Amino acid sequence: MAASDLYQSSERLFRRKQLIGFAFPAVILTYLVYVFFAFDILGLAERARWDNGATLVRDTYSYKTHVTRDNRNGETSIAVEGERKGSYPDGMVPPWVAASGDTVTIDLKDGHRVTFLPNNGLRYEVPGFGVIEAAIVNRAVQTNLGDTVPDWVSLSRSRLDITTDAGRVSLTRNKTEVFRYSFGWELFFYTFTSPYHGHSLTDILFGPQIDPTRSNLIGAVQDFWYNPMWQHGMVVWAMFETILMAFLGTFGAAIIALPLGFMAARNFNRIMPARFAVRRVFDFLRGVDGLIWTIVLSRAFGPGPMTGALAILLTDTGSFGKMFSEALENVDPKQIDGVASTGAKPLQRYRFGVIPQITPVLLSQVLYYLESNTRSATIIGAITGGGIGLLLTQAIITQKDWEEVSYYIILILLMVMLMDTVSGWLRRKLIRGQDA
Amino acid sequence: MSLSPNPPHDPRANYIQMMQRKRLYGGLTMAIFALLLVSGFMLANDRNAGGFWSGLPHVLDFPADVWADAAPKVDQLPGHFLTFFPSLLETINIAAVSTLIGAAIAVVLSMLATRGLALWPRAIPVFRRAMDIMRAMPEIVIALVLIFVLGGGPVPAMIAITFHTAGALGKLFSEVNENADLKPIEGLQSVGAGWVQRMWLGVIPQVAPNYFSYGLLRFEINIRASAILGFVGAGGIGYELKNAMSWGLGKFDEAAAIFILLFLTIVVFDQLSSRVRQGLIHKGGH
Repeated sequence: MAASDLYQSSERLFRRKQLIGFAFPAVILTYLVYVFFAFDILGLAERARWDNGATLVRDTYSYKTHVTRDNRNGETSIAVEGERKGSYPDGMVPPWVAASGDTVTIDLKDGHRVTFLPNNGLRYEVPGFGVIEAAIVNRAVQTNLGDTVPDWVSLSRSRLDITTDAGRVSLTRNKTEVFRYSFGWELFFYTFTSPYHGHSLTDILFGPQIDPTRSNLIGAVQDFWYNPMWQHGMVVWAMFETILMAFLGTFGAAIIALPLGFMAARNFNRIMPARFAVRRVFDFLRGVDGLIWTIVLSRAFGPGPMTGALAILLTDTGSFGKMFSEALENVDPKQIDGVASTGAKPLQRYRFGVIPQITPVLLSQVLYYLESNTRSATIIGAITGGGIGLLLTQAIITQKDWEEVSYYIILILLMVMLMDTVSGWLRRKLIRGQDA
Repeated sequence: MSLSPNPPHDPRANYIQMMQRKRLYGGLTMAIFALLLVSGFMLANDRNAGGFWSGLPHVLDFPADVWADAAPKVDQLPGHFLTFFPSLLETINIAAVSTLIGAAIAVVLSMLATRGLALWPRAIPVFRRAMDIMRAMPEIVIALVLIFVLGGGPVPAMIAITFHTAGALGKLFSEVNENADLKPIEGLQSVGAGWVQRMWLGVIPQVAPNYFSYGLLRFEINIRASAILGFVGAGGIGYELKNAMSWGLGKFDEAAAIFILLFLTIVVFDQLSSRVRQGLIHKGGH
């Protein structure tokens, strides 16, 4: 080839590379711009509820205690998150509440102080602003604010709402309510109904017997397990259900897929139509996808872990079948010949000539799927109604127990990471065991 | 194994004994495993709302309902396909964008988490842990939380899938990076190239085919994920399916159309990606 030709061809090559080098990012950029408008990202900023986000973030690390006065009978009740399960028993008040007669003083943080006055009156001392006084007079809210209402106060004839950094106060004809935020997840271990509430771990383990009917350790574990607000026992069960779904689905699929894999492998099944049919079954199982299987199966079996397990089983039978048959097509025929030369029957040939060759590959794939299916089981559980996925969706739908949502998220993360670690450990152990 | 002073006097008996023990252990493991599986199924069956054996004859009821509803209106199917095509496109777009952005994040994370390539070698465990956490996060968790804040639509699903993708691909990419040849990087360093230049010019050309192959596989997984997320409230074809399903009998023809669309999409992308990946391998990409 002449030198000029070489120059020309290399220049052409350079130009092509240059073109690709620019065209490729340009195509991606164009696509992203298209999606930017298709997904209406600009409109998103308007639709987003940042106040929801703020509530969510605050609730993950703090809880609120409601101090409520019923304005019809003047009774005051105190409850964590306003739930009956978290209410303070009679005669027990948090240290920041002081009651004397009809007057209740609530010490919010940073010098904010709220006082419930007799005759449905309310007094809120806001540092740096002054004192807001309000009362229900003639079935309507009256305040000392006059016409200058600050923007953190919302006032109408029937309702007064004051929101500051320290807490929230609201006054209506029916009730006066104060929210005080505190750090942490309150009542995580014991609610007020449990005698173990407020006792430290050393108290429970080494201190005197707290509940006369039960030994400290048993009672403490029982009350923790049946904590009515956090329901630890139920949560543990739910996580177990999720893992169970993943376990049953993955290994059930592996067991079913193994013989089918033989039927779909070219070197074990000489009958082309049968091979073709089995392969199309795999494609079908995989293509229908876990979502549709979940819907179809939950119609027949109802919600629960069995439905989830079967949905995973069906989808993964397709995936495993394909992978197994590919692995089987790559086995070394010499080993099978060797076993056959000793007079082994077909089943024995498979057992001693094929299985030992493919076990490490198959096991590592199966264990890899076990971890990924733990995540799928969380999602499938949310749809079919079982396991930790269901608890998570329920907690999110009720939109108030965000500390429980963050608790579940942490648990799910730990669960998946645990499964990841276990499957990785097993994979290393089993595969090395095969080599040895 | 150390040499024992007294060699076994009967190798054959020893061998048989060893084999028997091995077989016993193997059998025991299998038995325990089978027991776990069977008792697991029984437990799952007990905790299920309907039993397995009582439900089994009804497995085909729902497909039969769908068939009975859709078969007389089969002429409307093409119309339904057209109606739901935009939401199918949305589902695919969600998957594609999250694969693209997730892969971009994964590239950077994986470089930062690979020995020999990392910009801050001491921070390698930090980035590894970060990827582990991202990988462990099921998409539904982020999606549901973001739907609460951002409202329904494709963006929460996109962010959720991107997050998981970045972690999952990051791990695979960093395994690829570990096999990269370090010589081009040293060469680039010797002429004064910065970290970004070293990675872009020294590593990426070596690993790009592998990245691409993993990315395609992820894209396929993400299509399924984005369909499922639609079902819990993020947009796309899953959302339409949920609507058609909760309407019940009378709209099952729409459900059937969506089933078919979803099935075809998954199969097409599955075949496409496996073709392309096969092609990459045969062309001799590392």
